Amino acid sequence: MQFESLADFINMGGYAFYVWLSFGVTFAAMAIIAIQSFIKHRNLLRQVVVEQERKARIKQARQQQQDSM
Amino acid sequence: MWKWLHPYAKTERAYQLCLTLQPWFWVGALVCLSIGTVWGLAFAPQDYQQGDSFRIIYIHVPSAILSMGTYVAMAIAALVGMVWQWRTAYMSMIAMAPIGAVMTFIALFTGAAWGKPMWGAWWVWDARLTSELILLFLYVGVIALYGAFEDKQQAGKAAGVMALVGVVNIPIIHYSVEWWNTLHQGATISKFDNPSIAPEMLWPLLINLLGFAFFIGAVTTVRLRNEIVLRELHRPWVQALAISQLASKQQVNHSVKGGN
Repeated sequence: MQFESLADFINMGGYAFYVWLSFGVTFAAMAIIAIQSFIKHRNLLRQVVVEQERKARIKQARQQQQDSM
Repeated sequence: MWKWLHPYAKTERAYQLCLTLQPWFWVGALVCLSIGTVWGLAFAPQDYQQGDSFRIIYIHVPSAILSMGTYVAMAIAALVGMVWQWRTAYMSMIAMAPIGAVMTFIALFTGAAWGKPMWGAWWVWDARLTSELILLFLYVGVIALYGAFEDKQQAGKAAGVMALVGVVNIPIIHYSVEWWNTLHQGATISKFDNPSIAPEMLWPLLINLLGFAFFIGAVTTVRLRNEIVLRELHRPWVQALAISQLASKQQVNHSVKGGN
């Protein structure tokens, strides 16, 4: 360990603002792109299912129409 | 010689490959980034000139190197797409562009936050900084151009040409510190025989470099899968996949709606 205490570590030899800003923004940016990718994945799969259900309903409605005729 | 590669041109096979690789990439990223970052922040010795501000190197250098590495990978994918007419190649090209742009942003941002205390300026119009900024614009340009076309095969071609032309920027970035007078310091670790950094400082840097690479791989696998699903919406295997993946969630929805 290069630092005497936790306060010393957080202070980063007087460069606390720049060091923590850099690390904070970096990991925030990485988290955002990772989470966004997963959310997009879930939404896409949902879209596929919704579309399929819609098609099934249309098919069913047509069937009923034909049966009643 | 390259025959083993051909099955992966099929989207289903590429999707499976992504699924197989993904957990390894995430675990590798998590492990390497944790070790490298903690080591770099707390255990690496202080720089004799820059004090503790040099610790920004542990994210600045990996993201900068890999912003270029990702660009080259993206350009290779574009070339493959053009030469062999692989749709999956264009898909991987566009899957890599956003994470490459994020890496470039991180390199620029951490560079600014490091430049302020060391040079006294957040930004200077210096060769290294300007060429890296152009790299960011190239990524954004590729993404925008791809988004501008309705026909995604056309979009891939157009964006691919742009990605390929942009490759000239990569050697410019790398050699900018030698070709022009610049505030930015010279290469640190790419002089493999004699790196100008102490080993205790170098190890966490290399570990973080590996961690960033794993992270880029992980995000790329997720985004490539997204791209495949988006392009193959109506294929039976995608529909089966969507149903099986959302099955548990659907059950919850149905019970809430009262067995609708």
